[in-house]
Amino acid sequence: MQETIRSHHGTRAAHAAGVRVSGRLSRVAAYAAVIVAVGIIVLPLIWMLTASVKTRQEIYTLPVSWWPETFRWENYRQAWTAVPFERFFINSLVTTSIGSALELVNGVLTAYALVFLPFPKKNLIFLVIIAALMVPFQVTIIPNYVLVADLGWVNTYQGIIIPGAAVAFGAFLMRQQFLSLPREIIEAARIDGAGHLRILWQIVLPMSRPVLVTFALISIVSKWNEYLWPLLVTNDATRMTLPVGLTQLQHSEGSSEWGVVMAGAVMVIIPILLVFLWAQRHIVEGLTSGSVKG
Amino acid sequence: MLAMAVAFRTDRRTMPAVLRKATPYIYFLVLIAPNLLLLAAFTYRPLIENFRLSFYDWDLISPTKRWVGLENYTDYFRDSTSLYVMRNTLVFTAGTVAGTMLIGLALALLLNLRLRGRSVARTVLFAPYVLGGAAVGIVWLFIFDPRFGLVSGILDRLGLPSPNWYNDPNWAMPMVIIVYIWKNLGYATVVYLAGLQTIPRDLYEAAQVDGAGRWAQFRHVTLPMLSPMTFFLLVTTTLGSMQAFDIISVMTSGGPLDSTKTMVYQVYEEAFVRFRVGDASTVATVLFFILLGVTLLQVRLLERRVTYG
Repeated sequence: MQETIRSHHGTRAAHAAGVRVSGRLSRVAAYAAVIVAVGIIVLPLIWMLTASVKTRQEIYTLPVSWWPETFRWENYRQAWTAVPFERFFINSLVTTSIGSALELVNGVLTAYALVFLPFPKKNLIFLVIIAALMVPFQVTIIPNYVLVADLGWVNTYQGIIIPGAAVAFGAFLMRQQFLSLPREIIEAARIDGAGHLRILWQIVLPMSRPVLVTFALISIVSKWNEYLWPLLVTNDATRMTLPVGLTQLQHSEGSSEWGVVMAGAVMVIIPILLVFLWAQRHIVEGLTSGSVKG
Repeated sequence: MLAMAVAFRTDRRTMPAVLRKATPYIYFLVLIAPNLLLLAAFTYRPLIENFRLSFYDWDLISPTKRWVGLENYTDYFRDSTSLYVMRNTLVFTAGTVAGTMLIGLALALLLNLRLRGRSVARTVLFAPYVLGGAAVGIVWLFIFDPRFGLVSGILDRLGLPSPNWYNDPNWAMPMVIIVYIWKNLGYATVVYLAGLQTIPRDLYEAAQVDGAGRWAQFRHVTLPMLSPMTFFLLVTTTLGSMQAFDIISVMTSGGPLDSTKTMVYQVYEEAFVRFRVGDASTVATVLFFILLGVTLLQVRLLERRVTYG
């Protein structure tokens, strides 16, 4: 993937610099179009932010106000206490970090085995793993719920985490990366007597850092946002994650306290938005990988 | 994990020959076993189990299930609600896929122009894609508030009355489609933009020499060169839309009057709200085969691309 992107920049084929806009009028029109597009994307988020500090009276007056008259930060405290928000945060942090860590370990070990270890019919095993991508999660929820309930895992961390710990796409991603590593280095390390764990830890992983980071980030983003499964396996606030807890807040405060609900939404959305802005290159690349050959 | 670490440290030279030869195989199994077992338990087993459950009548709680054969299927295809839900799924998918791809293409063409700040614009456009559907749905629920929302505020400025959005069976579906497009637009834009940047400039120069105008260049160079992206997006966004749950669940719960109920929501509702597991797994099975059809299309595409590359 990295390779493909770099080669695009290298060749004269690259269009990366973009098409020149000729003429002042079309230049103005182009900028206007970009501003409108960006505005439509950003406006809902600004609306959320401003509403999160509006007083109740201001929210329920017509015509609607575009900018808060006074900043009522109290909304945030109210959102934090109306439902056990702190609990939701902790639950989201626990399930996302452990869930992503398990995915990462699983993906890396699977890919290492598939690339660097011998086994009969290895490609068939790879196919079995990859074919899991064809099974939509939504189709499996009923039997998975029954199993988790039978295990007594309803409303537990393991109930939220374990069914999502298997990884197909990440294993695929890491396998592609490992295949691109120069074989000679690994051979040399083996001859020097290095064990697999050492090769993995000291050679393979350091050389695969960008892909590893991409894999970790898309895993974290998707776990943090996950809604359907945590909704099914949690039945009280002690184990609810943020997305589920936010809907709880909306049910309890409802349409009578939109300011408080928006404050809650800000607290759920902002962390992931910051992660995105901090590592957007990796995230965009990871989430759209597969589109460009590589 | 501990067993694995121990296995790694075993000194190979002290082992008997047979074992030494088998060691890499054992390593392989130890490394791959957790993932394979988890996939078996939580992906493949439930797929088969779901299929099996579709031949039973069960309420999710009682210890016994009643075998009903194909009854769930005959009921499903005769039930007017099911057909309506299928239609809704089709409308939602067609609306979101067409909207996402067309607007995405337009924005990609725009951002492919040599403009200042276009990489910032690209980042902003992509941002909604990483946000959680549940949170996004809640924010938009307030935005679409028929009296005090952002949309009614804007329509009011333009002197237009606001529709009743989530209270109106005719407007609820357009509403969830709009929200879904807003969230996924950046994805299509970035994919198309990556595609545009791989088109060799000489092709345009050659077209210009042949006297092709702007539109002809777009039709005969840009669009054909983007066709792999178009096909890729068609498949991935179709799969995504057919599996959409968060936004619909949070904003409308499939209502009003079932007008936004899609197949995934129907699976959820039948199983976990109405406790009719047989009906739910029937819908899930039908959905699986539809999605499988779309996915197989993608596999064929990938094969084609591999031979091409």
